[in-house]
Amino acid sequence: MTEHVLSHDPSTVGEVAGIRAREHRRHKAGIMLRYLMLAAVGLLMLYPLIWLIGASFKTNSEIFANPGFWPENPTLDGYIKGWQTSTPYSFGTFFLNTLWIVIPKVIGTAISCTAVAYGFARFEFPFKKLLFASLIATLLLPNVVTRIPQYLLFRDLGWLDSFLPLWVPSAFAGDAFFVFMLVQFLRAIPRDMEEAARVDGATTWQTMIFIVVPLLMPALISVCLFQFMWTMNDFLGPLIYISSVDKYPVSLALKLSIDTTEAFEWNRVLAMSVLALTPALAVFFLAQKYFIDGISSGGIKG
Amino acid sequence: MARLQLRNLEKDYGSLRAVHGINLDVEDGEFMVLVGPSGCAKSTTLRMIAGLERITGGEIRIGGELVNDKPPGDRGISMVFQNYALYPHMKVRKNLSFSMRLKRRPAEEIEKATEHVSGLLEIDPLLERLPKQLSGGQAQRVAVGRALIKKPQVFLFDEPLSNLDAKLRASMRVRITDLHKRLKAEGQQATVVYVTHDQTEAMTMGDRICVMKDGHIMQVADPMTLYNRPANTFVAGFIGSPEMNFLDGELEGQTHVKAADQTVALGDEFAHRLSVGKSGWVTLGIRPQHLRIAEAKTAGTLKGKVNHIEFMGHEVYLYVDIGPKRLIAIVPSAAYDRTALRDDWIWLSPDPKGVHLFDRQTGENISLAI
Repeated sequence: MTEHVLSHDPSTVGEVAGIRAREHRRHKAGIMLRYLMLAAVGLLMLYPLIWLIGASFKTNSEIFANPGFWPENPTLDGYIKGWQTSTPYSFGTFFLNTLWIVIPKVIGTAISCTAVAYGFARFEFPFKKLLFASLIATLLLPNVVTRIPQYLLFRDLGWLDSFLPLWVPSAFAGDAFFVFMLVQFLRAIPRDMEEAARVDGATTWQTMIFIVVPLLMPALISVCLFQFMWTMNDFLGPLIYISSVDKYPVSLALKLSIDTTEAFEWNRVLAMSVLALTPALAVFFLAQKYFIDGISSGGIKG
Repeated sequence: MARLQLRNLEKDYGSLRAVHGINLDVEDGEFMVLVGPSGCAKSTTLRMIAGLERITGGEIRIGGELVNDKPPGDRGISMVFQNYALYPHMKVRKNLSFSMRLKRRPAEEIEKATEHVSGLLEIDPLLERLPKQLSGGQAQRVAVGRALIKKPQVFLFDEPLSNLDAKLRASMRVRITDLHKRLKAEGQQATVVYVTHDQTEAMTMGDRICVMKDGHIMQVADPMTLYNRPANTFVAGFIGSPEMNFLDGELEGQTHVKAADQTVALGDEFAHRLSVGKSGWVTLGIRPQHLRIAEAKTAGTLKGKVNHIEFMGHEVYLYVDIGPKRLIAIVPSAAYDRTALRDDWIWLSPDPKGVHLFDRQTGENISLAI
């Protein structure tokens, strides 16, 4: 109707077209400005990382001479010498040590946290509220508070300088955050499927393994990813409990080259830092889809 | 034999009693419908039979065996849930065979049973699909199939059709009753307990119906008896659509009821139906279908003012105000002529055979004795 009326007056038609074109231009300019801002801020935040990667290909002297991130004389020296380290062990050993800490820890976390979360979310038992409250309380407790008692406990058990203090707490659902996350996720999943499984003759454990775990998968993947990244990056844990160099994970090994000599080779440290970052980054990007699913969605549509 | 017996079954939630010691026998092969308004504990009762809800007191026997403390899987029951409760990560085939795989049955046996059940329910083209790729009706059929494959002693249905649209519901209703008959003909035990809040489902599907209210059983009877001889005002009001009309009044001399300043004569025949010694305050109940338009005032008629008319095609719903009370009368279109009404006043004549008298205090039907 409007179109019809307007078409009678050519001057109005032209005006409208002009306004439209202007608005379109303004809209486009707005979008460009927005993306420019985002890109600038993004670059600002990423710059240290970019500089790190660039600097890992520089010589030690260039790092201090040249503030830009692009190396003038790119060299792999930092990687080659850094990998060999000043100890009898290469970085390969440290990477293996890290994996040897991370993998059992992730598996233990996944199994124990699922079982504990299932218990809290689905069963009634005496003192459930009290127990759940204390679980949440440990979430709020700063980690540092429990360090010394934990250290004393593990010392008395004779577990110092082994991976046990790093594995065992996780294998007993020691990470309250993960339990809490899974409980919340489970609460959003209707119980019908589990009840159907019980009617079909499944035991509690069978119900958990065949029904609950598949339903919980998005959250479980997030839990594993979090645990993987946090453990990869954990410095304090290994620092406290592990004393022999042959058991050092990457996070400790990086520091090795810093405190042995006064004039240390920065390019080696940076090169190894880049390598240390890669697994976590790779895993994150590969599993990004599940990761976001797991932390954002409240569960599965009934 | 798969007789289901409930004896003094009780359920407490904290200090709240949800089920008040109910007794119910469901015979072998019988289709029993539990019906009632929401919150009447019909689903709770079903879940107690299934073993999904712990019982506070009483006994549940299936095939004569006490199953109070048995887990759901060992009770010889299977259940169809309201929202299907299919396992979302398993294909239809795996959904169907889950119970058999748990029992580690041989692969050929599982294969054969799956084929049989999917053929029976016409879901064979869906076997390789995931539940999210099914429509509501298909998902419900798979859920029924999952119950069927177990060859249980007792089938439990928890409002299985309430998520479907009206048309599909009607066809699933027929399908389920057909299936029940077919299983019975095949000699498979097919005792069914079916929970619904929909009285049409209850009336059309049940061999017998158990009407519940607030954790009590109000009446257990076949559909015909329930409709024609309701035991109390609750059942009378719950079964039948539109609802039965109720008029509070006083019984005078076994044959007359004084209600809303009018006296209705019910005749000598009616007097014989009354339980002995009942008189005084009563509630008169009459279904809309049992009211007729009378030509003129006689001893048995009620005078009222037509307030609202609904023309349904083959019949007409009249909303008639009698004193402060509004009654609904359903008359055939042929018998209704709008122009014959003078000032909207009308005489309604109740069919004495369709009239019920209820004790106003207890709500009990006192006009059942013959």
